Amino acid sequence: MDIILKDITKSYDGQMVLKNFNWTIEENKFNFIMGESGIGKTTLINILMGIVKPDSGEIYGIEGKKLSIVFQENRLLEDFDPVTNLKLVADKDTRDEEIKTLLRELGLEDSLKKKVSQLSGGMKRRLAIGRALIARADIVIMDEPFKELDKDLYLKTIQLVKEKLKGKTVIIVTHSEEECEIFGGRKIIWKDIQERIYKKEL
Amino acid sequence: MKDSITRDNNNIILRVFSYLFWLIIWQVIAHYLGNDLLLPMPFTVIKTLLYMIKQEAFYITVLNTFLRIMFGFFISYIVAILLAVFSYNLRFIRILLNPLISFTKATPLASIIILTLVWIKSSNLSIFIAFFVVLPTVYTNMLKGLENTDTKLLEMAEVFRVSKYKRIRYIYLPSIKPFLIAGGSLSLGFCWKAGIAAEVIGLPQNSIGEALYTAKIYLNTADLFAWTFLIILISMSFEKLFITIMKKI
Repeated sequence: MDIILKDITKSYDGQMVLKNFNWTIEENKFNFIMGESGIGKTTLINILMGIVKPDSGEIYGIEGKKLSIVFQENRLLEDFDPVTNLKLVADKDTRDEEIKTLLRELGLEDSLKKKVSQLSGGMKRRLAIGRALIARADIVIMDEPFKELDKDLYLKTIQLVKEKLKGKTVIIVTHSEEECEIFGGRKIIWKDIQERIYKKEL
Repeated sequence: MKDSITRDNNNIILRVFSYLFWLIIWQVIAHYLGNDLLLPMPFTVIKTLLYMIKQEAFYITVLNTFLRIMFGFFISYIVAILLAVFSYNLRFIRILLNPLISFTKATPLASIIILTLVWIKSSNLSIFIAFFVVLPTVYTNMLKGLENTDTKLLEMAEVFRVSKYKRIRYIYLPSIKPFLIAGGSLSLGFCWKAGIAAEVIGLPQNSIGEALYTAKIYLNTADLFAWTFLIILISMSFEKLFITIMKKI
């Protein structure tokens, strides 16, 4: 079932962030949101996650579904190793070998016993992606997931995510046209939507 | 590496020197006064202490006091943690407990000791006083630790539907641990001071408080110093042990 956002409105301290926002997120596909920073993409993601409640509007098709996410700021357990970070969200029946294989695929095999706080920015980002992949979720949300990756690992990680999440409902926030093209998903450009909303209002 | 070893050695030398410095000051003043009743020499105190530890009654006295104060400490530590957890989750409980915690923080210890003596047996007094002293400190620290827990990590755990056990183990515990150690270590020292004060007033049989009181009655200042030194030693050792154990959890 597609996820349908209908007339979502949200404001903070009187400042409108989303107004009568409508969007259909297609099931089992890569859905991209593109747009400048600070125009409400994160608010939308927070609403989808259930962290923020919209002032009005309805969301269909998300209830009861298991979510996983790559947050913009990683949100990892800094005092623990990568394996513990993945085990935190993994199902009980997830084998240790599965976790280690994924970490290897993400290029983190040499850091299995290091504390996350000792890892580089790029390594932390890959770990955050790994956490979203291991969680066996129905819907995966990724907020600028590839932003801190080194050039050589950038394409490799994108390919891995594409392969692992094929057939799932995925929402990716990005600034990169290249990423949309590699994934070949459905793209919405935020500016267009907002303009359409404003035009409708006028 | 070599630098850090040298620095460590320097620190140890400095620490030993600071103890020696105060010992010399003590010796000089005691020598100047020349009266063991007013201030015994360090050597006299050590001699008294060595004599005391050869007596069987000494161990019974120390054990009695130790068990009472530590019992009060641990019970209070657990109760304070539980109360802080309830307060963190239920605003109503926090408001309800607020006056009680403020009251326990502000009430003069002497008033509480005398008042409690009216209600309970003198042998249990130090348990209650230790409990009373530890509760507000640990409660306040634990609550602060819970409130300092990274809300972004908690949100992450919510989205990923992380189990309650894992949330406590991997998100809450690392956040509250430094606060629990600080609260425990701070209240442990205070708990010993207050517990002994309670024993001096309540005079339970075979207790350090009673021994201190007896030493005072007979103007046995060397005994007084020896017991005091022993209390400091037990209190400091236990505090170190407590911190070591807590850090390993």
